[in-house]
Amino acid sequence: MKARAGAALDAGDALLNCPRLAFGSRKSFPISAGAWIVPVTGVVLFLLFWDVAIRAGKAPLLPGPLAVVRAIGELLRKGFLFKHVVASLFRVTWGYLLAVVVGVPLGILLAIHRRLGLALAPLVEILRPISALAWIPLAILWFGVGDAAAVFIIFVASSLPLTVAAMSAVRHVSETHWNAGRNFGLTRRQAALRVLLPAILPRLLVGLRLALGVAWLVVVAGEMIAVNSGLGFLIIDARNAGNRYDLVVAGMVLIGTIGLALDVIMRRLERLRALQWAYAGSEGAP
Amino acid sequence: MPDRSVAPVKLAIRGLRMAFRAGEGVVRVLEDIDLDVRSGEFVCILGPSGCGKSTLLNIVAGFLAPTAGKVSIDGEEVRRPDPRRIFVFQERGVFPWLTVEGNIGFGLDRLPREARRERIAHYIALVGLEGFEKAYPHELSGGMKQRVEVARALAVDPDVLYLDEPFGALDSITRLVMRGELLRLWQAEKKTVLFVTHDIEESVQLADRVVVLGARPARVRRIVEIDLPHPRDLSSRRYLELRDGIFEEIGLAHRI
Repeated sequence: MKARAGAALDAGDALLNCPRLAFGSRKSFPISAGAWIVPVTGVVLFLLFWDVAIRAGKAPLLPGPLAVVRAIGELLRKGFLFKHVVASLFRVTWGYLLAVVVGVPLGILLAIHRRLGLALAPLVEILRPISALAWIPLAILWFGVGDAAAVFIIFVASSLPLTVAAMSAVRHVSETHWNAGRNFGLTRRQAALRVLLPAILPRLLVGLRLALGVAWLVVVAGEMIAVNSGLGFLIIDARNAGNRYDLVVAGMVLIGTIGLALDVIMRRLERLRALQWAYAGSEGAP
Repeated sequence: MPDRSVAPVKLAIRGLRMAFRAGEGVVRVLEDIDLDVRSGEFVCILGPSGCGKSTLLNIVAGFLAPTAGKVSIDGEEVRRPDPRRIFVFQERGVFPWLTVEGNIGFGLDRLPREARRERIAHYIALVGLEGFEKAYPHELSGGMKQRVEVARALAVDPDVLYLDEPFGALDSITRLVMRGELLRLWQAEKKTVLFVTHDIEESVQLADRVVVLGARPARVRRIVEIDLPHPRDLSSRRYLELRDGIFEEIGLAHRI
């Protein structure tokens, strides 16, 4: 239980160990109306710079912001926007849920079962550096061109970080809390539900958020090859079908915006009052 | 003061040894510990830091298996932790994901809802945490967290309390207050208490008997009977005599 695994397993820990950086201290960055001014100003300035640069340039390298907005409007009018976004979210949802259902229990098992952990940890470490994109040929071989191949790629990409995050979370459960649970006469099953789960939840949530980011990152690549819908397909198709770079950049903007939204939702979960102990720095911190 | 020397033996430690493997060698931590604790007795185990007194308490509580010897309670050998005997950690044992209420009710899930609620309210009042029922531990001070842990232990009505330097992390004023409260609770609830500390004054203020351990491997060097009634006068001749006796036993000059 106490043995620490290799440094690679603790990737998510840096985040927890400097909570101020990772989660934002409420003291220095109050979540209030005023806090939005600086980031919004930044975005506006960037858009202005983009627009001016495109107008000033002789051979534009990419469409300006207004062209991109018009492209998004076009997608919206023709009903493509909704169709592609839903297609991408659908694949991410399935691939990610599958990864959670498989990756998290596997990680917990590997951390609790010492021998199994020792036996399988090298395998996890070897699979980890393999980019999900390397799985595309095999995914197509196994599942054919279609949704299943894309879902599989998302699953592969997001399940390993989840397994590693779950292992690390279990290893950080304080021995004192285990002992206290045993002292009150908990069975193994009760200890799992009443000590293990709540104790790992904060670290696990960080892992879940990072893995969702990975899933969203990978869906685009999967859609460029394996399917004919989704934001990834939109980008590649806009280029192939007529060099519509305004649509290409529109796709990129949509991907970024939705990715940000997903991240914000996951961060909301981390702010739950019952989870603050892990991010507050002192109590129960390893 | 009730005469506890006639009370039945609650806890018996016989020929206890503990050794850990460390690299190539073996570290002997505890050697031939024998001790009887009577029912309702308050016993302090006193020793220098790192002498193995926490290890001893962990074995007695059933968290660790000894290398040799045995611990029995009410004649029954201890093999695992048991809710009849609760271990109080230095406030670190409080579950940070539960509120004060949730923590104190942790061992009470077999009770019907109403009885559970009453029991929680009773112990919250006993340790003076009214108004903090819904607070999470990270919102409390160290002393309050310690009270939560003591209340959680008392709520399951154990026969024995094990306390491992429970007030070590507190500031000196809170520590004095907590000692007073522990004595009050001990007298009110009639528990057997095994209290580990490295603080000589603390042991003489609290205990019926002080078990002085030597350095590694730890053996029982002496058992000092503290024949002072509670509340104790910390400037009385007898108190100072007992305290100085233990200082000498441990071999410290207590002049700065």
